[in-house]
Amino acid sequence: MHIVIIGNGVAGTNAARQIRKLSDHEITMISEETLQPFSRTALMYVYMGHLKQENTELYEDWFWAKNRIQRVLARVENVQTDAKRVYLSNGTQISYDALIIATGSKSNKFGWPGQDLKGVQGLYHLQDLEGMERYSPGLQRAVVVGGGLIGIEMAEMFHSRHIPVTLLVREDSFWNNVLPAEESAMINRHIREHGFDLRLSSELQEILPDANGRAAAVITKSGERIDCGFVGITVGVSPNVDFLKNSSIELDRGVLADEFLETSAKDVYAIGDCVQLRRPTAGRRPIEAIWYTGRMMGRAVAHTICGTPTPYVPRLWFNSAKFLDIEYQVYGDIPTRLPDNIRSLYWEHPGGKKSVRINYETNLGHVTGFNLMGIRYRHEVCERWLEHHTPIEEVLQQLSLANFDPEFFDEYESFLVQQYNQMNNKQLKLTSKRSLNKVLAFLNLAD
Amino acid sequence: MKQQTDTSLALVETTHLSIPQKISIALGGTGLLIILLSWWGQQPLFAPGLALPLSLLTITAGVIGYAHFTYRHLPEGIKNNGVMFSSLSNRGVWAYLTGILLTGFYVCLYWYAEYMTGVIQLFDPLSQFFRHRPADQWFVYGSLYTLGVLVLGVKFIYKYRHNRYQIIRTLSVMFFQLMFAFLIPAWMLMMNQPEFYFTYFWPLKYDYLFPSTVSWLKNSTNLGIFLVFWGVVMTFIATPVLTYFFGKRWYCSWVCGCGALAETTGDSFRTLSDKSLRAWKIERYLIYSVLVFITLVTILLWVNSYSQGGVLGEWSLTVSKTYSFVIGSMFSGVVGTGFYPILGNRSWCRFGCPQAAILGIFQKYFSRFRITTNGGQCISCGNCSTYCEMGIDVKAYAQRGQDIVRASCVGCGVCSAVCPRGVLRLENGSADIFDRASLTKL
Repeated sequence: MHIVIIGNGVAGTNAARQIRKLSDHEITMISEETLQPFSRTALMYVYMGHLKQENTELYEDWFWAKNRIQRVLARVENVQTDAKRVYLSNGTQISYDALIIATGSKSNKFGWPGQDLKGVQGLYHLQDLEGMERYSPGLQRAVVVGGGLIGIEMAEMFHSRHIPVTLLVREDSFWNNVLPAEESAMINRHIREHGFDLRLSSELQEILPDANGRAAAVITKSGERIDCGFVGITVGVSPNVDFLKNSSIELDRGVLADEFLETSAKDVYAIGDCVQLRRPTAGRRPIEAIWYTGRMMGRAVAHTICGTPTPYVPRLWFNSAKFLDIEYQVYGDIPTRLPDNIRSLYWEHPGGKKSVRINYETNLGHVTGFNLMGIRYRHEVCERWLEHHTPIEEVLQQLSLANFDPEFFDEYESFLVQQYNQMNNKQLKLTSKRSLNKVLAFLNLAD
Repeated sequence: MKQQTDTSLALVETTHLSIPQKISIALGGTGLLIILLSWWGQQPLFAPGLALPLSLLTITAGVIGYAHFTYRHLPEGIKNNGVMFSSLSNRGVWAYLTGILLTGFYVCLYWYAEYMTGVIQLFDPLSQFFRHRPADQWFVYGSLYTLGVLVLGVKFIYKYRHNRYQIIRTLSVMFFQLMFAFLIPAWMLMMNQPEFYFTYFWPLKYDYLFPSTVSWLKNSTNLGIFLVFWGVVMTFIATPVLTYFFGKRWYCSWVCGCGALAETTGDSFRTLSDKSLRAWKIERYLIYSVLVFITLVTILLWVNSYSQGGVLGEWSLTVSKTYSFVIGSMFSGVVGTGFYPILGNRSWCRFGCPQAAILGIFQKYFSRFRITTNGGQCISCGNCSTYCEMGIDVKAYAQRGQDIVRASCVGCGVCSAVCPRGVLRLENGSADIFDRASLTKL
C-alpha cells in the first residue's frame, strides 16, 4: 500500500512516523515549503537569533532514510480521487492507495486596501520568515495588526532587532476573546513594559504605498496615520485548501471530515489545521488550528489507515504559549465570561507577572479549568482532576502535586488555599508537598 | 534555504551597545591588556603591586558593568536574542581569535612556562599575599580561572535572574571554585600543608589515587592521612551515594571546577555542542576509553608499587606521564578549554572526563534523577537541544513525551529554562524511572 501525505507539518510528519511504527506501507510526504520538516512554532526564534533554521528540524537527516519515508519537494496542483492520483507542479504524478491531506493554514487577509503591497504579510510559512528578513534592514517601524498569538510573536521578533513596533489590536484588551480579563490585562502591561506601542481598540483602515509599491504607512479607523515600512497581518488563519477546489473532495471552509478524519472521497483523509470536522466534540470548534491537535490527528489517522479504525477524540482541551517573558498554559475550560454555575478562584502574584486561575462548578464543586500565567503546572495531574470531576476542595489540598516549576522556585499553592478559605470561611490546608514520587503514586503509575 | 539564512545574517545588526556598555568593555579590555602585555613583554607592564590590582579590578568592573548595563534594564526572562548572529558564539572571527589565545595560553602553561615570566611576576603580590611564596604559572592559571568563574558567574546570574535554580547553582560553583579550588589550597601551602584540592578526586584528579601521591601525602604532615582518606571516601562512597540521590549534577554543575568554568566563562559557547547521533556514538567510545585507560594506569601503578617496581620498573613514570600528557594536559586543557569557541564549553566533560563517565554510569542505572516532560506540551521548537551544552538532543525525547535519562546530562537546567512551553523539569524520584524513560506517549 502506498500512502501519500500532502504537507510536512507536525500533523503530516506525525502521521508518517506513526504509520511507520504500525506498518511497512510505502510512505511519501510532499511539501512545497521545505524538504526537511521543521517546527513552525519555532520560526520566531530563528529570526530572533535564538536558533538556526536547522535547529528547528523535527528529526535528524538519517531519520527519513531509516524509517523509509520518501520526501518530495513540490506543490500539489490537483488531486484526482477517481484515479487516486496527485498531480505535482513539476509535472509528475503520484498514485496513492491512501491520501492524507495535511496542508495546514494560510494567513487571513480581510480585503484591506493595500494588503497586497510589498512588505505586507502574515507569519506562517518559512517564506514569510524570509519576507520579514528581506524587509528588516533599515526598517524604521513595523506595524502588526492583530492581537493574538502570532501578532505578539511578530512584534517580539522585530523588537529583538531593535525595530520599533506598533501593535494594533481591535479589542480593548489583548487576546481577551480567549484570556479572562485579569490575564489579558497582565499581558497588556507586559507588552508595554517591553516598550511596544500597543494600541488597543484600534483597527486597520488601509495601507498606503510608497513610490515602489511597498508599504509606507497605515491609516487606522480613527484616521491616524502611522508611518512604517512593514505591516504584519496576524488576524488569524484559515485552512489552506484552495488547491482542492477542482477536486471531488467536499470542502467548506476546510476539508470536511468525519470523526475518522475521512473526507467525502474514499481513502482520502485530512488532518491538522486544514480539517473542518463535520461533527466536532461538544465544546470544541470544527476547525482547530493548533499544533497539538495536528499531532493528535496524525496519530489517529495512522491507526485508522493501518487497519484499526480510530476516531479522533480530543481529550481534555489544553494549550500553551509564551507572551514575551510570560509563559501561558491552559487545561480544560476557561471561558472569558463566567456562566452562572462556574466560579473562578484567581490568585495573582504581587509582581503582576504570575497568576493561577482555577475554575469550578458552584453546585457540584468539581474543577473545570486551570489557567496559568508565569507558572508551570503538570499536564497529567490537571488532566486527571478535570477528567475525574475532582471537587475543588480536594484539588486545593493536593494542589502542590500540579506544580511543575523548577526546583527552588517559590511555590504559591498555599496562597490559593488561603484565598479560598477566606472567601468560603474554610480551614483547608495543603496536605501534600511537591514531589515526583507523590505525583506518580497519584497517577497510579508508581507501584 | 541555507543560502537565504546566510545572506540575512550579514544584514543583522548586532552591535547595539550603549555608552555604559562601551565603557565597561573598555575597562575590561584595559585589564586584559595589562596581562597580555606583561605576558608578551616577558615582564610586568609596570610595578606589579599596582598593575595587578588595577588589572583585576578593571576586568571585574568591566565584566560586571557590562552584565549590569546589558541585562538590568530588561524585563526578567530568557536573553538569547542574537546568540546565533554573534561572531564569538558562532565560530566567527572572534571565536577563532579567542580560541587561539586560549589554546596558546594552555600550551605555554603546560610546556613553555618560560614565556610566562612576565605574567608570573605580575601575579607575585597576590601569591605572596595568599600563599607566602612566589607565584608560578599554576598560580597564575588558578587566579585567572577563578576570576573567570567569579565575574562571568555574576554575568550568568544577571542573565538568569528570574531563575532561582540557576542562581543557586551558579553561586555554588563560584563558591566551590573560590574556596576549595583556590583559597584553601593556597592557605594550606601557606601553613606548610600539602596543596590539596578537596573538590577534585580520582579519576578526574587521577594522581590522588596514584601510589606516589598517596605515599607523598601520607608522609607529608599529620593532615596527610586524612587527605588520603578524604580522597578515597569521595571516590568510592560520596560519589555513588550523592549521584543516587541527585544525579551527576551534584558534582558536574554544582561543585566541579571544570564545570564551574564551563557554566560561567563557557556559557556563550553552549550551543556549539554537536547534537547528532554520530557525536553521541563518538562520545561513548571516547569517554569510556579514557575511563578504562586511567583505571588500567592506576591498577598497573599499584601492582607495580606492591611488587616494588617488578612489573614496570622504570616504565612506571612513563605510564603515568603518558596519561598526564595525553589526557590531563592535551585533552582536558588544550582541547577541553582552549577549544571552547570551536567545540563548545563541555567537550572535555562530554568526551573525555573519566569522572563524568563514572557519574554518568551511576546516573543512568542507579539514580533517582531524570528530566520529566510535561504531557503533550512540546512544540518541537528545538531550544532545549540547541542550548544543551552536553549535546543531548533533548527535543527528540520531549516531542515523544518521554522522560530523559542520559548518562551525560550534567543537570544544568538550561533546557528547562529556555523551554517556551514549560515542558521540562529536573526531578529526583525513586519510582519507575525506567518505565517512564522508555514510555513513548505521543
